[in-house]
Amino acid sequence: MFFPVPNFKGFDFFPHDLRIPFMRFKGLCFGLSVLFMALSLLLFFTRGLNYGVDFKGGSLIEVQSKNGPADLHDIRSKLNALGIGNVQIQSFGADTDVLIRVEQQPGGEANQQAAMKKVVDTLGDGYTQRRIEVVGPAVSSELRRTGTIAVFASILAIIVYVWFRFEWQFALGAVVALIHDVLVTVGLFSLLQLDFDLSIVAALLTILGYSVNDTVVVSDRIRENLRKYKRMDLNELLNISINETLSRTILTGMTAVVGILALLIFGGEVIRNFSFAMLFGIIIGTYSSIFIAAPLLDYLGVKRETVGHALKAKESAAVTAKEPTPAKAKAASRRT
Amino acid sequence: MLHFDRWKIILIVLTCLAGVAFTLPNFFSKETVEHWPAWVPHRQLPLGLDLRGGAHLLLAMDTNELEKDWLNTLRDDARKQLREAKIGFVGLGLAGNSVQVKISKPEDMDKAYAALKKLIQPIGNAILGTGGNDITVEQTPPDVITLRPTEQGLRQRVSSAASAAIETVNRRVNALGTAESTVVRQGSDRILVQFPGLQDTKQLKDLIGQTAKLTFHAVHPTLTAEEAKQTRVPLGYKIYPSGEGEGGRSYVLQETPVVSGEDLVDAQPGFDSRTNEPIISFRFNQSGARKFGNFTKDNVGSPFAIVLDDKVLSAPVVREPILGGSGQISGSFTVDTANTLAVQLRSGALPTKLTIVEERTVGPSLGADSIAAGKLAGLIGCLLTGLLTILAYGTFGVFAVIGLLVHGFLIIGAMTIIGTTLTLPGIAGFVLTIGMAVDANVLIYERIREELRTGKTPIAAIEQGFQRAFITIFDSQLTTLSAAVIMFWLGSGPIRGFAVTLTIGILTSVFSAVTVTRLLVVWWLNAQKGKGRIVEVPV
Repeated sequence: MFFPVPNFKGFDFFPHDLRIPFMRFKGLCFGLSVLFMALSLLLFFTRGLNYGVDFKGGSLIEVQSKNGPADLHDIRSKLNALGIGNVQIQSFGADTDVLIRVEQQPGGEANQQAAMKKVVDTLGDGYTQRRIEVVGPAVSSELRRTGTIAVFASILAIIVYVWFRFEWQFALGAVVALIHDVLVTVGLFSLLQLDFDLSIVAALLTILGYSVNDTVVVSDRIRENLRKYKRMDLNELLNISINETLSRTILTGMTAVVGILALLIFGGEVIRNFSFAMLFGIIIGTYSSIFIAAPLLDYLGVKRETVGHALKAKESAAVTAKEPTPAKAKAASRRT
Repeated sequence: MLHFDRWKIILIVLTCLAGVAFTLPNFFSKETVEHWPAWVPHRQLPLGLDLRGGAHLLLAMDTNELEKDWLNTLRDDARKQLREAKIGFVGLGLAGNSVQVKISKPEDMDKAYAALKKLIQPIGNAILGTGGNDITVEQTPPDVITLRPTEQGLRQRVSSAASAAIETVNRRVNALGTAESTVVRQGSDRILVQFPGLQDTKQLKDLIGQTAKLTFHAVHPTLTAEEAKQTRVPLGYKIYPSGEGEGGRSYVLQETPVVSGEDLVDAQPGFDSRTNEPIISFRFNQSGARKFGNFTKDNVGSPFAIVLDDKVLSAPVVREPILGGSGQISGSFTVDTANTLAVQLRSGALPTKLTIVEERTVGPSLGADSIAAGKLAGLIGCLLTGLLTILAYGTFGVFAVIGLLVHGFLIIGAMTIIGTTLTLPGIAGFVLTIGMAVDANVLIYERIREELRTGKTPIAAIEQGFQRAFITIFDSQLTTLSAAVIMFWLGSGPIRGFAVTLTIGILTSVFSAVTVTRLLVVWWLNAQKGKGRIVEVPV
């Protein structure tokens, strides 16, 4: 058969005999993670999140100056004179682009539109409207509710799945790791006071997915090794499992980071915060599967009998699959 | 793991080709695609409003107003019923969310109760057990009867009002001239209007911002509003304020209109031939024309009022009977407001006022910028990921990249077939699934390397690599899938778009990374066997 791709070997840049004693750092890492989680909670409750219009209600308008750079000072003084409460004005990407945020107006849905109309009329013909978002009080509270439910329901779905496929200890480890990831990301957004809107919730959900992906890969290896090394000390076994999957963890992490960096740098201003949340979340998600989910199993302990037992069926299936089945044998003989 | 039946190979190749075929139209302009032969797929991926620009308006109906309207109707119906049954009553009126009436003679109670019970309408499906009545009628001895709308009745009212509102909004929006706009119900009392490519939403908002209930009323012959306010408004009359620019006068008008906008068959903007002011000329249907003709015949010399949404537009004096069924409305219109009102009158009144509870408008320039940015980011992301994969896994890395290409075609093809719109979060989801597809390949190849290090033969290592890694891939993808499904189910707007892409992407990534790449590896193995023994696996 003609095969056009020449043979060349990949560059295996990862030293595989490496045995980093991850488990030795577990006390330190747990301490740090607990500290970060506590700090995030503290930030969340004291400093709060800088909610975008999706969750806080109010209006947002992005305009582009038709002639030269926009005069932020001029816009600010004009809009502040309107008496529509707090108006935030910031440059957005290029110096011709301005993002204006108007806080939620008291007195119900129709007043949001009225305030937006005032802003548009005041800005006049010198600016083109690039984007308008007006979210009334009813919708913003709904979005807040469904957003929160979506995050918790996703965590729940993941718990159920991991519990179903592994032991409860794995599920617990995964959950702690997930909550850690979400909390710390939220904490970072609180610290930097970045806009927290619907797209960030989407990012959080993706981070959950990615983080659990990592955790499952490591858990899978732990389960396999529990069966392979029946008498090994659990601590050492966990360490070996993490090390064995490390090359995959890092390579996958690298490809994901490369993709998201492309989004962050070239994806435009509108999804910048989203990309930033994803980038941070993927790094933190990788950290949590190595330093939280797996070491936690050492504290929780895993009953080897149940793991071994549950997998015996699969193992024997794997063994029979290795032996050539009649169909395969036939195919093999045909090939030779 | 390393054997494919022939029919499976055919199926895999066909799937890939289908992906390419359905993706292809997206790379060409609409005009080019239209000239293609009929058997080639034509469908293109619709772009979301955030990419192509346009307006997204979420409108809420005023359910309180609906309930109040219904209670008013109920009160009028009750009055009619009692009068027909010749039962004396006092104090018929609204009490909270119910209608109450006091029967004059306690001995009439049973008769009155029977008469009012006729107003009950069954709703829902009795067979399915969802049946019920729209109102309840209760008697409180000695002499009070209460008519109360049920929860179910109200729901049904809201639902049918929403359907009516959707039709009206649709007609009004279509007057702006595009077939691509969509008007759909969201939840029980909301309507979502999506209008692609609209730069200025002012006209759209004006069009749907008004109920446009047009009525023609008789004016009280003697009483002025000021006098009525000081004394009392006569039975059957009501004080109506005038609209903007009418000098703030109020009028005492008969509450029941002579004719209403439902009897209009046409309304067109125009200019008054004498004053050159913008006006609206209208035409009634037969029954409207008859009613209006009779009224004007009997009231020559006295004024009548044209009322829009409970505000008097104008109150001209009838100079001669208007029998032809057509006429014109003047007011202080501008050309724009006359145009808008004419559209509104033609498309009928809304059952209730609609408030904009959410607006998201993206101008075409930002949409174009977003597409360009998304394309660039996607391209660079894919390129870098591909390079990294080939660098790490050599020949097998090339197979993985081919798998990635298939993944790209399949995901766009699938989205095109389903007809989901591509949004900015959707592009982000796409980039993410590329990362996930690569992850599957990384898992497999790392596993093959591991198996090789334990001293297995190349073929055994490849076989084991695919087999062992598959369990992990399956687990990890399914967990992400469960999260994606939840996102789709609970999320709204951008989250949904993201979840759709992610869900499709997970499915196609398993196919491309596991199945397609494996097929390529098997072909490679067979090609190598032809050359002799396989000494080395190029990963």
